[in-house]
Amino acid sequence: MSRKAQMEAIEQPEYVEEEVVSGEGDEVMEDIDAQEEGYSSSTPTSTLTWISWFCSLPGHEYFCEVAEDFIEDDFNLTGLNTMIPFWKEAMEMVLDVEADEDAAKIPDVSIVEASAELLYGLVHQRYILTRAGLQAMVDKYEAGTFGSCPRVMCKGTNIVPCGRSDMPGIDTVKLFCPNCNDIYTPPSSRFQGVDGAFFGTTFAHLFFQSYRELAPAPFYRPHSPSSSSGSPHSSGSSPRQTSAFINPNINGGQKRAAGKVYVPKIYGFKISERAKCGPRMQWLRMRPWSPDELDEVDWRGKWIDDEDDYGEEEDDVDEDRPMEDFDPDMGEGDEDEDEEEEEEDQQPPSSQKGKRVMHSASAPSLRPALPDATSASPRPSAPLQPPQEDLRYASRDQGYGSGSKVRVVRQWAPRGTTAQA
Amino acid sequence: MIRRTVDDISTGSDSDYSNSWISWFLSSKGNEYFCEVEEDYILDRFNLTGLNADVQHYTQALDLITDNLDDDIQDEFRGTLDVQARLLYGLIHARWIVTARGLAKMLEKYKRGDFGRCPRVLCQQQPLLPVGLTDVPYEKSVKLYCGRCEDIYSPKSSRHGSIDGAYFGTSFPHLLFLVYPGLIPPKSGPVEFAPLTRGADAESSRRSRKVREEEPPADLGNEGVSTASVALKADRYRPRIFGFQVNELAKLMRWQEAVRDRQVARLELLEEHGLM
Repeated sequence: MSRKAQMEAIEQPEYVEEEVVSGEGDEVMEDIDAQEEGYSSSTPTSTLTWISWFCSLPGHEYFCEVAEDFIEDDFNLTGLNTMIPFWKEAMEMVLDVEADEDAAKIPDVSIVEASAELLYGLVHQRYILTRAGLQAMVDKYEAGTFGSCPRVMCKGTNIVPCGRSDMPGIDTVKLFCPNCNDIYTPPSSRFQGVDGAFFGTTFAHLFFQSYRELAPAPFYRPHSPSSSSGSPHSSGSSPRQTSAFINPNINGGQKRAAGKVYVPKIYGFKISERAKCGPRMQWLRMRPWSPDELDEVDWRGKWIDDEDDYGEEEDDVDEDRPMEDFDPDMGEGDEDEDEEEEEEDQQPPSSQKGKRVMHSASAPSLRPALPDATSASPRPSAPLQPPQEDLRYASRDQGYGSGSKVRVVRQWAPRGTTAQA
Repeated sequence: MIRRTVDDISTGSDSDYSNSWISWFLSSKGNEYFCEVEEDYILDRFNLTGLNADVQHYTQALDLITDNLDDDIQDEFRGTLDVQARLLYGLIHARWIVTARGLAKMLEKYKRGDFGRCPRVLCQQQPLLPVGLTDVPYEKSVKLYCGRCEDIYSPKSSRHGSIDGAYFGTSFPHLLFLVYPGLIPPKSGPVEFAPLTRGADAESSRRSRKVREEEPPADLGNEGVSTASVALKADRYRPRIFGFQVNELAKLMRWQEAVRDRQVARLELLEEHGLM
């Protein structure tokens, strides 16, 4: 294998480059590579560096330019060299370094091009977690480069790119909305060729942890007493209101959330949840009215003062009372806890009777003065065991953090204002 | 575009169906969400009750839609008339798609994915349905409802983003799932239509006659299935920093899931006692 031939292959591209740049519009780099043999962008015509060229390609709008110092510091590249073929050549390409004469030759520069893209992407994943990288991304964020949330009720909240995996080659880039905490497919297909790992799973969340004023708070009150005088719908994201808005949790999101939830209606009537097609997913978008309500759920996802709320006779022994001050961060450890609960659930329910239906207060959609349905509907005298079983299995399958199913059974309630569609 | 209309009308008032104003309207770019309103429906004055208050030059606009317009109308007037005809067609469309036959027509479009797919990653390309936020024209543009996450999204393209939501109305997608409960999408897993397009045309036109008599569509299977606990199957995205959950978000999510579990428990109890 002649080193010289390979060397030429590397240098050759010099004049082919024009072609590549004009052949833009194709976000799938590999495709170009396959077709246009021997091109490379490693030798910019003017002052354009490989990095700025790469970031200016269509479909690469989400990338910020990684500082060259960052790439040159080996510490920042720890572990990457095992993941990237033709490491040295890729580094040279990304940093616009002329190859050494005695460098190993690669028959096809397109291979190096792919390696360089992978290298840059993975370095980018790390870079955007640094202070400088976050700053570069916040500039793009505020300029709206990443677009806004397609969800109507998020009212155009700006979104950030987000990966679903930190390993390359698994999924394309997605967009994370801090208001609904959900991820969306980019609207344009030109992002279908961008690997999500180039942004990583952490960035989006570290971003909003670092810039708390950009993160919507986890609670929302429709008629805000503080700032909005006239308009009842001022859930806005406008900076004026943000200044008046305070999240008591100083580590929490400091922006007023766009917290409205879509309520499906037929001819103006809400659809009852008793209907088969009734609402099932509103919880996904709901927020409590006040930050305190978040603490009404313990770390396992159970209502802490459940037994006071609904005075059905089957009231479990109060097993989560002692737990209520448990570190609320520990959502993960549910597994064993569930096992225990199961046993406890078998115990005959005690018969406490509390009469308040206070919890309707923590479910915004149910809130407006619903009549207590317990009085209206036939009170079940049969024990609740079978449905509890089902529930437990169902959520075990789902596997995470929903430890609570059982005691909630007692909330029997509001169906009032909704019309049976 | 107006030019086109004019041509169509001048040449095509007595020509065949494909030259009608409606088919021209449906085939023009940006109108992909609309379905064809059957002529019988438009010609039945009862169905148009009250629309004359919303539409200027109502009579001529109606004539234009039904291809009965006289040729001796001035060109500049045709411009305004065209706008009014679109408005009128849109408002009739909103009424039509909540009839049995209209629902069946929109159902076909839904199955073809004509309204796009849910941008939410975990909805796995669930087809969407158009919905308005108000039934009054000139207020809000059309949105897209996802039956899986039960939320509404803005259309991707600005072509569709500028369509008036009143042309679809606030009730349509919900009525569709009320009439076809078997089509309520599952909360997890890939999208599938058991008996896709195959034979759907014949089937649905036959079915549509019966829908009124609360006859559940035969080929749509699982209307007996309970939806009380479906929410538990829904996937959700969990933000993590280096693999760890984020405090405030995790708290919010636990709260949301507690709300969900409470609803599920409530519904299962109702179901157990035959109240659903």
